[in-house]
Amino acid sequence: MAETILNHSRPLMDRRGFLKSIGGGLVVLFAFDPDAPGQESGSGGPGGAHALPENVAAWLHIAPDGTIEAFTGKVEVGQNIRTSLTQAVADELRCPANAVHLVMGDTARTPWDMGTFGSRTTPTMAPEMRRMASTARETLVDQAARAWGVDRSRLQVESSCVCDKSSGKKASFGELAAKIDWVNVVGKPDYVTPPAEWQVAGKSLPKVNGKEIVSGKHNYASDLKLPGMLYGRVLRPPSFGAKLVSADTAAAAKIPGVTVVRDGDFIGVAATDEQKAQKALLSIDAKWETQPQISARELFPYIKQGAGAGSPDPSSPASGHSLSTTYTVAYIAHVPLEPRAAVAKFEGDKLTVWTGTQRPFGVRGELAAALGTTEDKVRVIMPDMGSGYGGKHSGECAIEAARLARGAGKPVKLIWSREEEFTWAYLRPAGVIDIRSRAAQDGALESWAFDNYMSGPSGLPTPYEVAEKNEHFHQVKSPLREGSYRGLASTANHFARESHMDELAAAAGMDPLAFRLKNLKNERLTAVLKTAAERFGWGKEKSTPTRGFGLACGTEKGGYVGCCAEISIGSGRQLRVERVVSAWDCGAIVNPEHLTNQVEGAIVMGLGGALFEAIDFANGRILNERLSQYRVPRFSDVPRIEVVLIDRKDIPSAGAGETPIVGIAPAIANAIFSSTGLRIRSLPMLPAFRAM
Amino acid sequence: MDLVVNGVRSRVDTDPERPLLWVLRNELDLTGAKYGCGEGQCGACTVLIEGVAHRSCLTPVGSVSGKEITTIEGLADGERLHPLQQAFVDCDAMQCGYCTPGMIMQSAALLRREPSPSEAEIRGELEGNICRCGTQNRIVAAVHKAARSMGAMAKGERRG
Repeated sequence: MAETILNHSRPLMDRRGFLKSIGGGLVVLFAFDPDAPGQESGSGGPGGAHALPENVAAWLHIAPDGTIEAFTGKVEVGQNIRTSLTQAVADELRCPANAVHLVMGDTARTPWDMGTFGSRTTPTMAPEMRRMASTARETLVDQAARAWGVDRSRLQVESSCVCDKSSGKKASFGELAAKIDWVNVVGKPDYVTPPAEWQVAGKSLPKVNGKEIVSGKHNYASDLKLPGMLYGRVLRPPSFGAKLVSADTAAAAKIPGVTVVRDGDFIGVAATDEQKAQKALLSIDAKWETQPQISARELFPYIKQGAGAGSPDPSSPASGHSLSTTYTVAYIAHVPLEPRAAVAKFEGDKLTVWTGTQRPFGVRGELAAALGTTEDKVRVIMPDMGSGYGGKHSGECAIEAARLARGAGKPVKLIWSREEEFTWAYLRPAGVIDIRSRAAQDGALESWAFDNYMSGPSGLPTPYEVAEKNEHFHQVKSPLREGSYRGLASTANHFARESHMDELAAAAGMDPLAFRLKNLKNERLTAVLKTAAERFGWGKEKSTPTRGFGLACGTEKGGYVGCCAEISIGSGRQLRVERVVSAWDCGAIVNPEHLTNQVEGAIVMGLGGALFEAIDFANGRILNERLSQYRVPRFSDVPRIEVVLIDRKDIPSAGAGETPIVGIAPAIANAIFSSTGLRIRSLPMLPAFRAM
Repeated sequence: MDLVVNGVRSRVDTDPERPLLWVLRNELDLTGAKYGCGEGQCGACTVLIEGVAHRSCLTPVGSVSGKEITTIEGLADGERLHPLQQAFVDCDAMQCGYCTPGMIMQSAALLRREPSPSEAEIRGELEGNICRCGTQNRIVAAVHKAARSMGAMAKGERRG
């Protein structure tokens, strides 16, 4: 079907025009606060009068030919929301999932969206999709009831049709939508199906575009090719913050098929093939002024020096067990397997960029600002990408591709090298965490002082019951570029807290599980912890010097995780995680198989940061900028993983892409302690463990 | 030079030192093989050369002139997926899918040598392939499943 380009500056002020542009039929759109005053500019069609807001989150279109398309600014990065949102729409329309097509992350075709991060799609976009689709369903039923002169309660919706079983009448969605020919704004009431009655959701629908992926047919941004397209490379400084003194590009410009682009301090080349582009880049003679910067080994003292005072000391103990410990976490990289990539094309002053990003609308703004144009002249399209994990919020590569395309006067593709991705993207922040605590003789927590320096506030508040609490995040200027990451600082904060809880349990002479349960009232957290422990067989076997068992639990962003790990320790401190059991609750389950897959993936990713991932740096340079130097988990590192899902149909679904990561690092740390008596208080743990 | 990719012979005029990966992607428009590291560490660019898995990012195109090259695009039988491809779908052995073509090609090479590999053999074979999304255990299950279904097909053919 023809692609509809919409004017998004004021997309829906003119319903008729909008509907015409999209080919007629039925449109249902979801607007924030549709009853807000001051936005009235038209009256509604079937279903009563509605305001026409500009502030639209998503829309759904049923075309006269029966095509069902749902439009969202969210993007697919491997977390399988293309599938789960399709399930939500199909569920409400009582139609098969393959009848629904999702249009995602295209600034010219989909409504504005802040971005795909923070585990927000499932708790926000999915209910919005459901509200639109259920309103569409009921509007179609109304239309059929009116056309047939029957009571709507007699009608059923199934297989993309409305039917009246008593008279045998039947009309397809397309036929009905053609007659409606109107834009409906989702208002009240809505007709959303409760989780207990879901038919398409709640089941393990396979990835909707899985066949394209396994055939190599899915086009990532890095796979696109436009007629006349050139291949770009960008000149990089030798270190962070280096200033360009001079650059001689004459040799590069002499290579046939090469265009050199200079735009202020930006220097890049665009060439007819990637080999020429690389040759041209290497021929540029640039001089830089660099400045000394701190190195990895100076990092933790720097962080503490840069921060203000921590929390006051806990009140002095009457009796019981007091502990004061410090934990550190290193910078780590996201390492999305598809590095940043973009294809940029100018048509006159209009720019289109295809790029892998979690924030297509944010990148549109970055492009407009960088190129000195306005957002209405920029379109960003985000093909389902080769993952992000919080690492692709920004549009550097898109901007560079656009500068090259403008300078060369032709479309340009730019794929960052792995070294560029390691060096010029951003990192999960490092940090230092101090905890001072006291538990009574019987193991009841009495006081808790928690100070996170630099790594972040996410997942910082303790879920345990404690009377005296002082919990703070202290901002420190990061010496390296930092940003989002799956679970943000929740991993660091859970590592520190759950390690410390284990230390307190040991000090109190209590079993780690019993100690936690004694101090927990949170019902859902207790449930996942108990479930994981039970399935793991916690307490059935004693740790030995070569075998250890550890557990941890945590909650963040509406998800609850209990995690148990079994490790083995061979000669020469060879450590392997053998088995992990993770119990997970994020409310009503949308797709059990994909949810399990997310939890497994989070455990594997978390294992890398727990054991061996760390960015090494000195003097403004990343020292391990290759996969041969920076280890990420491989097949031999991956343990047996058992995921136990707790389906709470009574609780709205929360996101699951992030929080399952928080349990694995402390569970491993606690297993190491149970086996060896050694307490590792730094992430990654292997370097310290081997040095002990 | 002549390149024989997925049974199709093409004439390519290029530097023989140029990596096969970029010739496949940029000259022949076969983008199933992916760039991930350029140093043979991630396996996203894996293709078969005479049935053996190679990292195309490190393979000079001149060294494979005239040899039989198979990419992910050449694995399916028309619209019918190869059993490995089908098993990856069935086992949800992917998230973002960027590593998937390389994983499947590496596994195809294994199954050619060893039609019913053990779990340890599968893990060993795929040690050089990175799945950053963490679907390794699902990939192992998918290769097992594909091996079983290919074994059943072979038996059927022998009987028939």
